[in-house]
Amino acid sequence: MPLFRKATTGPRRFQQPVADDNAPARSTTRRGAILLGAQFLVAGALAWRMRQLQIVETEHYRLLAEENRINIRLIAPARAEIFDRNGVPLAVNRQNYRIVMVREQAGDPEEMLDRLARIIDIPDHEMRRILKEFRTKPAFVPVPIADFLDWESFAAVNANAPALPGVLPEVGLSRHYPHGPQTAHVVGYVGRVTERDLENPDDQDPILQVPEFQIGKDGIERAAERELRGSAGTRRIEVNAVGRVIREIDRVEGAGGKDLQLTLDLGLQRYCHERLGSESAAVVVMDATNGDLLALASNPTFEPNLFVQGISQSDYAALIQNDHRPLHNKWASGMYPPGSTFKMVVALAALEAGIMGPGDTVFCNGGYQLGNRRFHCWRRGGHGHVDMRESLEQSCDVYYYDVARRVGIDRIAAMANRLGLGVEHDLPLPSIKSGLIPTRDWKRAAKKQGWQAGDTLNTGIGQGFVLTTPLQLAIMTSRIATGRIIAPRLVRTRDGVPIPEQEAPPLGLSEAQLRVVRDGMHSVVNSRRGTAWRSRIVDDAALIAGKTGTSQVRNITAAERARGVFRNEDLPWARRDHALFTAYAPSDRPKYAIAVVVEHGGGGSAAAAPVARDILMHALYGPEPPLTAYPADQRPERPTAEPPADAPATGTSRMPT
Amino acid sequence: MMPVAEARARRNAGRLTLIGRLLRLDWALVLLIGAIAGVGFLMLYSVAGGDLDPWSGRQMTRFGAGLVIMLIVAMIDIRFWKWASPLAYLVALGLLVAVEIAGETGMGATRWIALGPIQLQPSELMKIAIVLALARYYTWLSQDLVSHPLWLVPPLIMILLPMVLVLKQPDLGTALMIAMSGAVVLFLAGVSLWYFIFAAAAAGGAVWVVMASRGTEWQLLKDYQYRRILTFLDPEQDPLGAGYHITQSKIAMGSGGFSGRGFMQGTQSRLNFLPEKHTDFIFTTLSEEFGFVGSASLLGLYVLVMAFCFVSMARNRDRFGSLITGGLAATFFFFWAINMAMVMGLVPVVGVPLPLVSYGGSAMMVLLIAFGLIQSAHIHRK
Repeated sequence: MPLFRKATTGPRRFQQPVADDNAPARSTTRRGAILLGAQFLVAGALAWRMRQLQIVETEHYRLLAEENRINIRLIAPARAEIFDRNGVPLAVNRQNYRIVMVREQAGDPEEMLDRLARIIDIPDHEMRRILKEFRTKPAFVPVPIADFLDWESFAAVNANAPALPGVLPEVGLSRHYPHGPQTAHVVGYVGRVTERDLENPDDQDPILQVPEFQIGKDGIERAAERELRGSAGTRRIEVNAVGRVIREIDRVEGAGGKDLQLTLDLGLQRYCHERLGSESAAVVVMDATNGDLLALASNPTFEPNLFVQGISQSDYAALIQNDHRPLHNKWASGMYPPGSTFKMVVALAALEAGIMGPGDTVFCNGGYQLGNRRFHCWRRGGHGHVDMRESLEQSCDVYYYDVARRVGIDRIAAMANRLGLGVEHDLPLPSIKSGLIPTRDWKRAAKKQGWQAGDTLNTGIGQGFVLTTPLQLAIMTSRIATGRIIAPRLVRTRDGVPIPEQEAPPLGLSEAQLRVVRDGMHSVVNSRRGTAWRSRIVDDAALIAGKTGTSQVRNITAAERARGVFRNEDLPWARRDHALFTAYAPSDRPKYAIAVVVEHGGGGSAAAAPVARDILMHALYGPEPPLTAYPADQRPERPTAEPPADAPATGTSRMPT
Repeated sequence: MMPVAEARARRNAGRLTLIGRLLRLDWALVLLIGAIAGVGFLMLYSVAGGDLDPWSGRQMTRFGAGLVIMLIVAMIDIRFWKWASPLAYLVALGLLVAVEIAGETGMGATRWIALGPIQLQPSELMKIAIVLALARYYTWLSQDLVSHPLWLVPPLIMILLPMVLVLKQPDLGTALMIAMSGAVVLFLAGVSLWYFIFAAAAAGGAVWVVMASRGTEWQLLKDYQYRRILTFLDPEQDPLGAGYHITQSKIAMGSGGFSGRGFMQGTQSRLNFLPEKHTDFIFTTLSEEFGFVGSASLLGLYVLVMAFCFVSMARNRDRFGSLITGGLAATFFFFWAINMAMVMGLVPVVGVPLPLVSYGGSAMMVLLIAFGLIQSAHIHRK
């Protein structure tokens, strides 16, 4: 074994290698030759393997290549359904009857198309699309002919099946909203996956690639997309060289999404829309005790089912051009100056700061002088001496100019935030706005100006920079009514499992302080001098406590004031004031809180309070309230008929603001 | 016996003119390398559906640049490379440590380091550096001490350090290639065969320990590595999961038959059944489109490269030169042998590219630098 010589012959180790200068080189060459031999052996093994695969077994592999290509396809999971609090379905999956045609089975596809056109209606532009797909797609690919067929047409095609080879009736699942318009702004709708959806880095679910797949575009459908969607299943299929499906090997069904039950009461929701008629308005009704949102109406509304099937250009244009903005979700993203409904905030801030006691009065002579600027009360003659209860009851502006100035913007803003204004509330909806409660810092950052005393005065009557959403006003009312930090809740159960109610922590205001404001709100509706006296409920067990508000869309110029041209009826619709009303009932043990905003409706007492009263009646008594609950002069012919909404019985030429 | 002229040329090797060096270049080896790279351009053109974009054109540019670098490396005196060897090793080791600290992660492994605009894979660099450093060590070490146990410790540490770093990335294939390249230099340097027999036995034992540790708390490899090993043993078991690569690769190769389906006619690569069709699995496209004739021809080209390198090594009496020629040639051998065995289902899928053919800049550059060194040894031979 010459190879082992070096290692085993010891005596040579210490000899000088002078005698054999080339010994290392020869050893390296020898070892190199062995290495080369080994490499050749490996190459030989590889060549042998090539021969085995490509010559000996080639028939076997060629067969596999031609016929046995395994492919994985996705199965769309059934989208979870959405129900109202009583289990009424709001979003369901409905069978979608459709017709597809496989060209290679049809014989003469154009003849088949002609025969089909005699049974079902195929519009011209669809016909062009079908013929184009016939030309461009492989013969075995099913081409969709008609979608969303009614049962009669579908049955007719089925009955004629023998004469229609290659025409395949299919049943798919499609989203349907049984009470579409009533719930459109809450539930939202689904639609086709767009390029932009595919680029969303947060949602790279491969199921989105499946043609015809639909995802939430608005409302809960969009915000709770992942929960509702579930996870895709897979189908392992064999396809041949050109992609034709040979057989299904197995399938793994996906997991469906989680059904959602909302806190919404469809009956009340529907009544809200009915009551609002054609007004551009928003209503929020919530359970003041636990924050459950019972009705969320944004009027006028739209038909979400149109979007599911792909809305036509003209229908969409009509929705966009409507000046009442049906697509805009007014209760969640509509931001309005709260007007006088903000006065509770100022009153509570003053009480907590100890600046005003319930008995302290302010003298109103119809205006408030700040420097050389005069801030007007809505009642030009003034209210005389008013205490806090009366200031709310009669909505005296001067009282709040004075109090706001003494309390200061910092404490007002803090109280507003505590009551839920100017903060974003956590709901599974895509377009919840936080509104705006102005502060010194905000004005410096946004307007590059310092805070002025006049700004505080405007804020004191809910004008100026203040913006609130109807949802926030309802939350504010709930918090005043209960004295606890009520948070809104929209989802009641998920997958049949109730979502536990959060214990609402106390607001931190004393019962005595809250009672002053509640008394004021009670007087607004139940006192003859109150601004909403006409919208009372005549039933001691169901008295309303509330507050009217009128927010200016425009500034009244001195010239207009001089001419007396500030009657809303004389102005074009878009420049009229917004009418607001927030309330809770029953007054002695609050159950329901409501906020109503009627855009450009005029005064809160005339346009918003009657609506709120009727909706609260519906909530308290059901669909047919007893006639005795109405004030004697307002009893409707039918319980659901619209009561007359005249100018208020009290007051002078102007509406309370 | 040696002609007088050549003997003189060898003495003067250090003072050769640029023209003289170019003439002494092993032009046959350059042509072979060009031919193999040409196969790569053709196949990359084919898998792109008959388009230079996105792979073939860029591969040509990289090969052109690499060829220039190869010639520059070849022109520099081998004594410089001998001097620079320890430095190269230390730099490569430093970069491996840098990857560990600040490397970029791709495909579940941290292998890359960003050096300005260039994405560098230090583990590739180490494949050359280990050969250079060990060759330098054995040129320095007296021939009589080569098999002395004490003098075996430094080279073993030199091999183990980068191996551990690469294993941590984790990149089992590259770690094994570094170990095998190092072992080849030891073998060529004349280390006693008993050590190799002992090492083989120890490796076998280690494999047993690694496999036995699966599922216990001290599991030594990542789960995916175990799955790859088990899939290798029976790829048909899960044709849609882990065994998909090998099954599809074998179907593509086997369906090529003796003469292939013809250039750009491979249905398997066309329909995207093949994984990594432009990188590690490009050999399957060649086999499908050109059949046994094509795949055996490429194998023949590789074998010729080995033979030329051996001749160059055998004729070189400079110990450093012949050791790096043999060592780097073996590294090249490991590339193609492991890749081919992998796509034919003979060894586990470990992620080794087909040298000079697979798309990829890092491996291409490293291989051409290696051939530059082999050429430098050839030009400046004694």
